[in-house]
Amino acid sequence: MELLTYPFMLRALAGALIIGLVAPALGIYLVQRRLSLIGDGIGHVALTGVGVGLLTNNSPVLAAVVVATIGAVGVELIRERGRTSGDLALALLFYGGIAGGVVLVGLSDNGNSNLMQYLFGSLLTTSPQDLVVIGGLGAAVLVAMLALRPALFALCNDEEYARVSGLPVRTLNILLAVVTAVTVTIAMRTVGLLLVSALMVVPVAAAQQVTRGFRTTMAAAMLIGVAAAGAGIVVSAEADTAPGATTVLLALVAFLGATLAAAVRRALIRRSHPPVAAEPPDVVLHG
Amino acid sequence: MTNVVEVRHAAAGYDGREILSDVSLSVAAGDVVAVLGANGSGKSTLIRTVLGLVPLRRGEIDLFGTPQRRFRQWERIGYVPQRLGAGSGVPATVGEVVASGRLARRGIFRFPGAADKAAVREALGDVGLLDRIGDPVSTLSGGQQQRTLIARALAGKPDLLVLDEPTAGVDAASQEAFAAALTRFAASGGSIMLVLHELGPLRPLIGRGVVVHDGRIAYEGTPPEPAGHHAEPGHDHVHPHADEVKAGICEWAPTEGTKAY
Repeated sequence: MELLTYPFMLRALAGALIIGLVAPALGIYLVQRRLSLIGDGIGHVALTGVGVGLLTNNSPVLAAVVVATIGAVGVELIRERGRTSGDLALALLFYGGIAGGVVLVGLSDNGNSNLMQYLFGSLLTTSPQDLVVIGGLGAAVLVAMLALRPALFALCNDEEYARVSGLPVRTLNILLAVVTAVTVTIAMRTVGLLLVSALMVVPVAAAQQVTRGFRTTMAAAMLIGVAAAGAGIVVSAEADTAPGATTVLLALVAFLGATLAAAVRRALIRRSHPPVAAEPPDVVLHG
Repeated sequence: MTNVVEVRHAAAGYDGREILSDVSLSVAAGDVVAVLGANGSGKSTLIRTVLGLVPLRRGEIDLFGTPQRRFRQWERIGYVPQRLGAGSGVPATVGEVVASGRLARRGIFRFPGAADKAAVREALGDVGLLDRIGDPVSTLSGGQQQRTLIARALAGKPDLLVLDEPTAGVDAASQEAFAAALTRFAASGGSIMLVLHELGPLRPLIGRGVVVHDGRIAYEGTPPEPAGHHAEPGHDHVHPHADEVKAGICEWAPTEGTKAY
């Protein structure tokens, strides 16, 4: 615990907690619309941006944000046309992004070690400036995701219904894509792509095992995200393991625990309430 | 008085395929119009084109006297799709799904208020599902999910309900709850446009039938009487399963005479 008295550890902890809180609030919409892997995909596109930045002597992070945003909006437009499945669009993005990144970074004579730094980040070297950026970004994303929850829920739950309700469907879709791209790209430099993209999905997967509604799932996922991030930093400091990966493993433990708890609960309910009379017929066949 | 829906020589379709070639149709205030036709006739495409979900290629559509392109009063239309979206595993309660029906009226930047909550409860009461308001929609039967969708449309207090085969694969109790809710809506002056595979228990409600065939209107007038074995006495279209049917739409297997998707 005394490791936590070091300023660099406190900054790492703060950064991880912010991502733990914010990533599930954004990720729940992505999970709801079956784009769980988009975070990782966008992270790989961001590598191409890093390559562009290094090659043109511009800020790699800025170039990564721009390229990732273009990629995310591209996926959204492909999905909207409905010609390519979201799954295939993601695969194309993923491979194109990482190949482009490797080629461009190679051309820029900066070597692959540089690429790894962007891919995995380094939580323990989070600077005070990094923390300000992560904090500002986190606050903006959190406010947007909470304030627009009814609209985003309607959109992700039933896009055609949202359209007939007169919601600005395309604007909201692109907003979601851009917010995802910016969040992943800015956070990956500090906390790593693994941590940010996993915390968008795993806490949501854990929460939905035990919750009944969307709002409670969102709240529970944010709680699990924060708990996993906090515990991950402390455990990794004690056990001398990689902090990001430790956090992700702890979130997965939460998922397994929740799945088990839900299974036990179902079994108990079955035992205490043996099936009563059959429900009224459920299906009408036209013949 | 302007018509609620006015379709003039509309043509529409997906990608390269034209499904509607030349359709004209009007729905006046208070009308209950059933769009009938065989599978693949274009009847669903017709209402989806009216709603703007399928792009119009030729012709014109007016909604409440405004060309569809410039129409913005979407709170006046309540849409009931054929199915609740497949869902991704993120749970949502019945109340949360129905609350989406208030968005058109409230706008996206305002939080739900007392009027929104009251409208959600009223709409759920109207379809007989108020006691399920806190349950996940995934635990409901197919018919109850369908009633949830009509409650979502009713919660927005629309002037026009547009329903896409609302009774396909729905249990008898739900069909009755459905017919009762629609009857009350029509009695209060609402207009209804619905796609049906067959008239069924909604028959007394329908004022006018429109039969779509091959992308055109083949018949328009009083709803056609049932013919063939559908007209036999005692044929009530209900063939209950002996076994308890699992909840959820995915377990519902399409059978002969029903439409498979």
